[in-house]
Amino acid sequence: MTVAHRPTSLGDAIRLMADPVAVAVAGCTDLLVADLATGRRHAAVVDLSRLPELKGVREDGGVIDLGAGCTFTELRRDPLVRSHLSSLAEAAATIGGWQIQNRATLGGNIVNASPAGDALPVLLALDATLVLGGTQGTREIAYESFHQDYRKTALRQGELLVRIRIPRPSSTTWQAFRKVGTREAQAISKVVVAMSASLADGALRDVRIGAGSLAPTPVRLRAAEGVLTGRVPDAAAADDAASAARAEVRPLDDVRSTARYRRWALGNVVRRFVRGIRA
Amino acid sequence: MGVIGTSPPRSDGLDKLRGTAGYVDDLAGEDTWHGATVRTSVACGTVLAIDAAAARAADPDVVVVTAADLPGPNVLPVIQNDWPVLADGTIEHLNQPVALVAAPTRARARAAADLVSVEVEPSEPVLGLDAAHEVLASCSIDHGDVDVAIADAEHVIEGTFESGLQEHVYIETQGMLARVEGGVLTVVGSLQCPYYLQHALEAVFAPTGFEIRVTQATTGGGFGGKEEFPDQIGAHAALLAWKSGHEVVLLYDRHEDIIGTTKRHPARVTHRTAVSGDGTLIAQDIEVLLDGGAFVTLSPVVLSRAVIHAGGPYRCRNVRIRGRVLKTNTPPNGAFRGFGAPQSQLGAERQMDQIARRLGIDPLTARRINAYRDGDVTPTGQVLDASTSALEVLETTARRADFLTRWKTNESARVDALDDGAPRDGIGIALAWHGSGFTGDGERRLRARAGIEVDDGGRPWVLSASTDFGQGTEVVFQQIVAEALGVFPEDVGIRPPDTHLVPDSGPTVASRTVMIVGSLLHRAAREIRGRVGDGPEPFQERAAAWIAANGPLKAETMHQTPPGATFDESTYRGVAYPAYGWICDVVEVSVDPDTLLVTPRKVTVACDVGRAVNPALCAGQIEGGTLQAVAWAYLEEVKCENGRYLNDRLQTCLIPTTRDAPELDVRLVENPSPAGPLGTKGVGEIPMDAGAPATLAAIENATGIAASSVPATPERLLELMEDAP
Amino acid sequence: MSRHALIVDGRRILVERDPMDRLLDVLRDAGAKGVREGCGEGECGSCTVLLDDQPVCACLVPVFQADGASIVTSAGVIDAAGQDALASAMLTEGGVQCGACTPGIAVTAHALLAKDPAPDRDAVRDALAGNLCRCTGYERILRAVLRAATAKEEAS
Repeated sequence: MTVAHRPTSLGDAIRLMADPVAVAVAGCTDLLVADLATGRRHAAVVDLSRLPELKGVREDGGVIDLGAGCTFTELRRDPLVRSHLSSLAEAAATIGGWQIQNRATLGGNIVNASPAGDALPVLLALDATLVLGGTQGTREIAYESFHQDYRKTALRQGELLVRIRIPRPSSTTWQAFRKVGTREAQAISKVVVAMSASLADGALRDVRIGAGSLAPTPVRLRAAEGVLTGRVPDAAAADDAASAARAEVRPLDDVRSTARYRRWALGNVVRRFVRGIRA
Repeated sequence: MGVIGTSPPRSDGLDKLRGTAGYVDDLAGEDTWHGATVRTSVACGTVLAIDAAAARAADPDVVVVTAADLPGPNVLPVIQNDWPVLADGTIEHLNQPVALVAAPTRARARAAADLVSVEVEPSEPVLGLDAAHEVLASCSIDHGDVDVAIADAEHVIEGTFESGLQEHVYIETQGMLARVEGGVLTVVGSLQCPYYLQHALEAVFAPTGFEIRVTQATTGGGFGGKEEFPDQIGAHAALLAWKSGHEVVLLYDRHEDIIGTTKRHPARVTHRTAVSGDGTLIAQDIEVLLDGGAFVTLSPVVLSRAVIHAGGPYRCRNVRIRGRVLKTNTPPNGAFRGFGAPQSQLGAERQMDQIARRLGIDPLTARRINAYRDGDVTPTGQVLDASTSALEVLETTARRADFLTRWKTNESARVDALDDGAPRDGIGIALAWHGSGFTGDGERRLRARAGIEVDDGGRPWVLSASTDFGQGTEVVFQQIVAEALGVFPEDVGIRPPDTHLVPDSGPTVASRTVMIVGSLLHRAAREIRGRVGDGPEPFQERAAAWIAANGPLKAETMHQTPPGATFDESTYRGVAYPAYGWICDVVEVSVDPDTLLVTPRKVTVACDVGRAVNPALCAGQIEGGTLQAVAWAYLEEVKCENGRYLNDRLQTCLIPTTRDAPELDVRLVENPSPAGPLGTKGVGEIPMDAGAPATLAAIENATGIAASSVPATPERLLELMEDAP
Repeated sequence: MSRHALIVDGRRILVERDPMDRLLDVLRDAGAKGVREGCGEGECGSCTVLLDDQPVCACLVPVFQADGASIVTSAGVIDAAGQDALASAMLTEGGVQCGACTPGIAVTAHALLAKDPAPDRDAVRDALAGNLCRCTGYERILRAVLRAATAKEEAS
């Protein structure tokens, strides 16, 4: 028998989360799948879906501020996301079918901490910061340092993910997203990549590439970023970035794909991104 | 009346839309107990002990059944008697049922099943065709002199073609409900073949003296997966009902359904083909190997169909085909739409493409030269009748899809392709044939029966054990009977497929229902009409008057194979099938050069169905089967590691979504079969035969990568591309 | 156990359940048999219902989150006479075969037509990508939804 709480303020939710057995739930699209497989029941759940503090997308001093409770349907349709965070809007459209997008939240995708989470490479590429709320108040942490190991996060006992803050990309920032999935829709990633960069005097600056399904956590492709920084995005740069990306990852064989394919496709996606960069 | 050739909608459609159709999981009441299955944890070994004490201690209400509790022999009779009801001693595959549990709720049944401990002594399993050696079945065809022809040939071309496990993924998982009441054991379930289960239960429960009754519930898809497997789950539900004294429902969730039920046989087909310089086939030397899994079940007849179709729809004077099914330690592989013919014709069609490529002729010409004409002789010595339309479906499809022009355009575009990341277009063609009805002497032995009875109000009722699990059998039967009686289809009632109410019409398999059982019903209806006589009043009035004067009005007919249509199973000579369907698929794909992801864009199909009783339903069969075939070629896969299926849930066991599905353009060709009064041929399975090779050909046209095995996933295509010599 | 009030197809129901029980099971136990389990993990869409007008998989909704909500199943979308445009298009086009996916398809298609009364083929494919069908190859389902849209437009 589970006790279910439906708090209507973040403060109440945080107080309820002080119970060490309490599990925070939102769209439940990962949680109930895992429960089915394991037969697990929960002693207490705290529902985050009524918290106003976790809702909405707003622009706040050069930052796009996304509520952790935003569903992927909301993100797909949101005008701020569509105009400034096109790669996030694209990622949102690739997650599950319509039914899943109506329930699954960005916060859930982050906290569930799957290495294949489709929104996560975008957060790396766009340098997102997470706002976490706990009994000690709120703190901010770079998304990049949030995922520490396979399904392990920096979230402390009782802490909740509240907002996701992404610096508003400048008008010269170029961004891209590509999911290589198991099929055209309702797919899990074999490789998922997001990239952002800006062009100054024809050369690449601020290059950030995030990739998923290649390691226990989503990863930055720092070697490829390094190869590209300061370069003109020509065919040679694209090939060099592809080689660097392939060399810096250690993917695995699993039921969805092979290490060999993942590495090969990753390089091609990065290469195609670079060749597509236009000022 | 002119109702044949029209498309009245199915009568159960509204109930299905609203959710009131009554599937087995809808039938369980509040007092119905639930069953659960305890399965083995190793692929091979010995059961040393089964201990249910903990389960009984935790929940004293639960009932546990093991092989020791069986009333009679521990066997589900199919072709041979080697398929146990429950593992007893020897373990032959992972997740083999070893004990059953019933409890008042599903949760309690599952909790109890988890507490039943099974002590096993593992041994080394045999897995994969390379390791397998025990032969479960074999057969061969010898026609002409292959060795001499190959020795003298201008060209001898060899190829090996493989295909893996395929899961049915009927959307409704397996389920059965059973009760024992007043000496009658009744089982209601999701199934294709009520009399198969009837016979299985008669064998398992023989010593109890129970009368057995089997009824089909509304069934949510089958594709062969609910042909023989229901014998097992049906027997399990029945055992639990008998032992517990309650009505028991046994439902598999998706995971259990995937790990515990049959799959399409993995196959390896090797060809050695002699051809002349212009591409004419001189000799075919073919070997077909199937992975049967742990038990014989239906494998001999799957093999038989695979072997007879293995040469493809092509005339050839010298043919040798050897087929074997080998035993491995996985769940038994079984019936799946096409029944071996898709696997063997994948080989035939990829071999034809290879021959064309080697000789520098195009794929259409290679097929045109060799396709069967009427009067040609098949490898079993059967002379093909006047409804042989291989060329017609080939030309129709090629023309509608503008195949040759586009194939040539893509061939040159590939060479000059820019490195722009744009998807590469490919187009491929494949031709296939499929025998309708049971193979060889099967229908003669089966002696299928069906009938019509007319109630006192003059309403005719169909009596048949043929089941509708999506195809639309019911409305097609209504149309056939309506035509013969001169009434409207909705005036014809359908008795439920219930072994207490209807005769044994044989199983609903093998593309036989409309052709064989439909013909029986047509004959029965003609007989009724003959008795009642014609007149100005509606049939119902005439029939009611006839009954008032003469008593009950009923006609039952039995299938009789025409004289001369014999088949010798020892030599594999004779009439293998009463009729053949013919199909041609042109598949168009685009392939992303950066990821090798294949997207089917459009499939153009022409299929000779003999006569389409209900063209919309008929085309619907072809469309659904076509997508299954195309997806088998590039997407669908069940990987098996140490006897364990890795793709054991729908998140990993993939079938196409709407976004994966190509546009389907199906053209029905109607060249009536002389074998039956209606001219119909089978349509259920043939769409499975051509889609896969056409898809591989399209991928080859787009990329230059000649895959010889399915599924051609991006991972496999990458290996082929990079490892090519 | 806790008490949950739901409005199912316009009818108010009160259930005593564990709050984490799946909405799928609660609805089926309440007699809504058009909510069908095909996978239990949100892959097949057979259990699609509208939860406050949004299509969701009932297998992935704990009942407590549906407390007080309006839920619409296929029986609330397709009238008993089958007279509405969607039902008649599905029947006429042959979009129904085995029926196991059908109620879920009806619910999703209904939600699409409410949101976008004149969808093109790609919009229909997109909306139905979360509803697996194994029988039809989808062709007749897509045609049926497009036909229903046209019929509704003509009727209005």
